[in-house]
Amino acid sequence: MLKILTVCGLGQGTSLILKMNVEQVLNEKGIQADVEHTDVSAASSMQADYIITSNELSESLVGHSAKVFIVNNYFDMDEIKSAIEENIN
Amino acid sequence: MKFLDSSIVKVGVEVGDAEEAIHAAGQLLVQEGLAEESYIEAMKNAYRKNGPYFVLAPHIAIPHARPEDGVNEASVSLIQLKEPVVFGHAMNDPVRLVFGLGASSSDEHLILLQKLTGLLNNPDNVNKLLEATKEEEIKTILEMGN
Repeated sequence: MLKILTVCGLGQGTSLILKMNVEQVLNEKGIQADVEHTDVSAASSMQADYIITSNELSESLVGHSAKVFIVNNYFDMDEIKSAIEENIN
Repeated sequence: MKFLDSSIVKVGVEVGDAEEAIHAAGQLLVQEGLAEESYIEAMKNAYRKNGPYFVLAPHIAIPHARPEDGVNEASVSLIQLKEPVVFGHAMNDPVRLVFGLGASSSDEHLILLQKLTGLLNNPDNVNKLLEATKEEEIKTILEMGN
């Protein structure tokens, strides 16, 4: 199964919001994946296929084995949908 | 659990910068006993340390810290700023809606975030929150949304 991390600074709030909206898009598209939310320092040592985060935090994840991609507006389902379509095959 | 109850919503607030905006949103939580003063400091520290990543969408910031930083009850406050303030986010600046999230480790935390996401996923709601001139109007938006 695909493993996806949603990442924020503390792993408490915004990564959970992103996880909810990412899961909604994945469900709509029928993509099976395990989505976990976490903070940026924990993410560095976690295995995943994909990491979704903000532009600000993506720089801290350069070099991670997962493919890292960005969402700018966490409440724009269209943006989240296109980001997933472009990056997850 | 308190989600944008009228005592923790304020419209037309004037602040000088991002830290003052975070402070104002946190102050509402403290004033109602939902969080301790230490939580406001922790929110500001998180901003200094991790930057403005919590500006999650155009106009919208959701500052928060960790439950152990001094949250008494899972809660979300709202400060609508009279004048927009720059947080330093590349895409989503300037900010006018600041949701102070009192993070808890309980199930209520998840429920609050679901409510907040449900509210803000709808651009009409965001526009109405930006345009509101009285706290009463915010109450109406929330009632319509539920």
